[in-house]
Amino acid sequence: MKRYTIFVITENFIGILNRITIIFTRRGINIDALTASESRLSGIHRITIEVTANEDTVIQLVNQIEKIVDVIKAFYHEDEGVVYQEIALYKIPVSRLDGGLEKVIRQHNAKIIAAEPEFVVLELTGHKEQTQELLEILKGYGLLEFARSGRVAVAKRMLTIESFIK
Amino acid sequence: MMIRGADIVVRSLIAEQAEIIFGYPGGAIMPVYDALYDYHEQIKHVLTRHEQGAIHAAQGYARVSGKVGVCLATSGPGATNLITGLADAQIDSTPLVCITGQVAAHLLGTDAFQETDVVGISMPATKWNIQVQRVEDIAAAIARGFFIARSGRPGPVLIDITKNAQTDFGEYNYVPCLGFRSYKTYEPVEVSKIQEAADLINKAERPYVLFGQGVVLGKAEAELKFFLDKTGIPAASTLLGSGALSQDHPNYVGKLGMHGNYAPNLLTNQCDVLIAVGMRFDDRVTGDLKRYAKQAKVIHLELDPAEVNKNVKAHVAVVGDCKESLSMLTSAVEGKKHESWMARFRELEQEEKSTVVQPDIMPTKAGLTMGEVIHQINQYKADDAVLVTDVGQHQMIAWRYFNYKKPRTQVTSGGLGTMGFALPAALGAQLHDYSRQVVCVVGDGGIQMTIQELGTIMQTKAPVKIVLLNNNYLGMVRQWQQMFFDKRYSFTELDNPEFIKIAEAYNIKSQKVSDRADLKEAIEDMFIHDGPFFLEVVVEKEDNVFPMIATGCSVEEVRLS
Repeated sequence: MKRYTIFVITENFIGILNRITIIFTRRGINIDALTASESRLSGIHRITIEVTANEDTVIQLVNQIEKIVDVIKAFYHEDEGVVYQEIALYKIPVSRLDGGLEKVIRQHNAKIIAAEPEFVVLELTGHKEQTQELLEILKGYGLLEFARSGRVAVAKRMLTIESFIK
Repeated sequence: MMIRGADIVVRSLIAEQAEIIFGYPGGAIMPVYDALYDYHEQIKHVLTRHEQGAIHAAQGYARVSGKVGVCLATSGPGATNLITGLADAQIDSTPLVCITGQVAAHLLGTDAFQETDVVGISMPATKWNIQVQRVEDIAAAIARGFFIARSGRPGPVLIDITKNAQTDFGEYNYVPCLGFRSYKTYEPVEVSKIQEAADLINKAERPYVLFGQGVVLGKAEAELKFFLDKTGIPAASTLLGSGALSQDHPNYVGKLGMHGNYAPNLLTNQCDVLIAVGMRFDDRVTGDLKRYAKQAKVIHLELDPAEVNKNVKAHVAVVGDCKESLSMLTSAVEGKKHESWMARFRELEQEEKSTVVQPDIMPTKAGLTMGEVIHQINQYKADDAVLVTDVGQHQMIAWRYFNYKKPRTQVTSGGLGTMGFALPAALGAQLHDYSRQVVCVVGDGGIQMTIQELGTIMQTKAPVKIVLLNNNYLGMVRQWQQMFFDKRYSFTELDNPEFIKIAEAYNIKSQKVSDRADLKEAIEDMFIHDGPFFLEVVVEKEDNVFPMIATGCSVEEVRLS
C-alpha cells in the first residue's frame, strides 16, 4: 500500500463527482482527501484524489474513472511525480497567545490570518507531515478548531489538458 | 414550429429509428404517453405488465437485433422497477435508452408524490444518465443517449425528464450526436501490438482461443472464423459468446466456465498461448485466478481498456475493435494446423460425452432430464432460432446442449444472473421479428418472478415457444446445498401452481409432459403451432449439472460427476 494522487480532468456536469466516488465505494476503498476546482479552461474541472492503495488497484480505479463518459482523462502519480500543497487552519484562543506560541509560529512559518477578540486563526501551507506536526504542538495551546484541505497538486509531467481533448 | 416537450421525446425516438418502445404509463410520464397516441403509426409501443418486464423485453430486443432497446416508465416506483434491468444491461453490455418521467422541476427534492432520485439510484447501473429539466434540452439528451448506448462498448442509458419539460413548448430540431470530446468510443489498434501477438502465435505449439460476446457486439464473427480457419487454433466460447462461431466449425471445441465443457476448461491450463477475444475473464470462466493459465502467454483482444489486466494480466494487450484487430492478426500470422493439440480436446470431449452428455440427452433412467428436452428442441429448431434462458440449472443445461449455429441466437442474463429475465426477454426478442423462432427455456422458480408477462404475450400474440422445465426446486441452489451444504435443503423446494392452467387463463395453448413417450410429439406440436405455446415438462427433481468447477477451484479441477 502506498499513497497515490489521482488526477481527473472532467466536464463540469452535475453528478460527475458522484459517478467518480462510487467507483471507490464499490471496492470499499476510502478516499483520503479530495479537491475539485475549475481548471485553466472554462467548463473543464479537475479533481484531485488522494488514496492509499496498491498500484494494481489504482490502475484499475483510474481505468474505470476514465471510462466514465463525461471524464476527459484520468491518471495517477506517486508523491514523487507531483508538486502538491495542503492548507491548514488552526483556531487558538487569544488567552493562550504568549511568547511560546510566537516562537512556534515563527519556527513553522505559519501566519496569523485573522484576529478576533476571543481567538486568532493561524494558517500553514505545506505537506501533511508539516501541518500535522504543527497540529500536535498547538493541541498544547488550547486548539479550538482545526481544518485541513485536501491535496492541491500539479503533475510534474509536461502534458496539458489540450492534449487530451483533441 | 414550437411543439410540446412530450412530442419532442417521441419525434426524437423516431429520428433515432426506434421501432418499438416497451413501457408502462404513470403520472409523471403521461404527457409522453399522450403524444404516443398521435404517432402510433410511426412507432410501436408495447404495454408490459411490470416495468421490469419492459426493460428485460427491451434487452431481449436489443440482443437479437443489435439495435438500441427503448424503454419508457414513470417516476418513482416505475423508475426503480427498471434498476434490475439496467444493472443486467450494464454488466452484459446491452444498448438501451430508458426514459423516465420525473416530477416537475419546482418539486424536485421536496419528496413530492412518486419522486425518487432515479439519476442517483441508477448511476452505478448505467453507462450514462442525465436529468433533463428544460424542454430545449430534451432532443440533445436523447441524441447523446442513443450515441452513448450503441457506440464503443454498448450499455444502458437513462434519461430522466421532468414533467414541466414534457408539457412546455420548444423548437424541435433534431441533430444526431456523432461524438463529443470527453468520450472515446474505442482506441485505434496499435500495429506493433499485432506484430507482438502474431510472433507469439507463430511460435506457439498449443495456442488456444477464447471468445466472448465482444465478437458479436463488434460484428466480428466472420473475422473470427477467418482467423481460426487460417491458424487451426482450437476455440472455446463463453456463455455470451455462444453463437459467435457456429458449433459446426472444425475448430470449435466447446464452452468455458463453471458448467462449460470438460476439455475447454481443463486444457486452459495446458495451452502455451491463450488468445482471449472480446471477453473479460469473468470469475465464472476463470475459477481460481491464482491457478488460471499461469503457464500461458496471454494475448487479450479487447475494446474496453478497463478490462485489460483487470483479472488476468495480458502479455500482449491489443486494445481496440476486434473486427479490426482480428483481421490484422489474420494477415500477420502463419497458416497452421494443430492436429495433435486439437486431438487432445477431442479425446477429452469423448470422455465427457460418454460420462455426462449421453446420460443427459439420451437417459435410460425413468425421470425426464433437462438435457433430453434441449436435445429434442435441437431436432426441430431452425438454424437461426433464438434461445432465451432464465438463470439456474436449466440455463446451464440449455446452453450446454443447444446447438448454436448463428450469431445473436443466445439471449440470457450472463453477468448479473437475473431470475425472471427469460419470459420478458423472449417477448422482446420475438417482437423484433415475428417470423423467427424464439424458444424461451425457463425454470419453475424464475418464471414466477415475471409470469405476469404472459399477459403481454397474449396481447401481442408474440409466438414465443415457452418451455418450462419444472423440477419443483430452485434447482441450482439445491444442487449447491447438496454438494456443499450437507444436503440441507433450506427453502429451495417449491409448491407450484398448475402452470398450464395459468397459461390457459392467458389464452396461450399449453401442454404438460411428464412421460418420455410424449416429449417428442409435444415439442413437434409446439413448433408447428402458429402462435405462442406453453410447454411444461416435469423433469427429474434432483438432477445435477455437470461438469462443474466448484467455487474457489481451478479450471483443471473441473469435475465430471
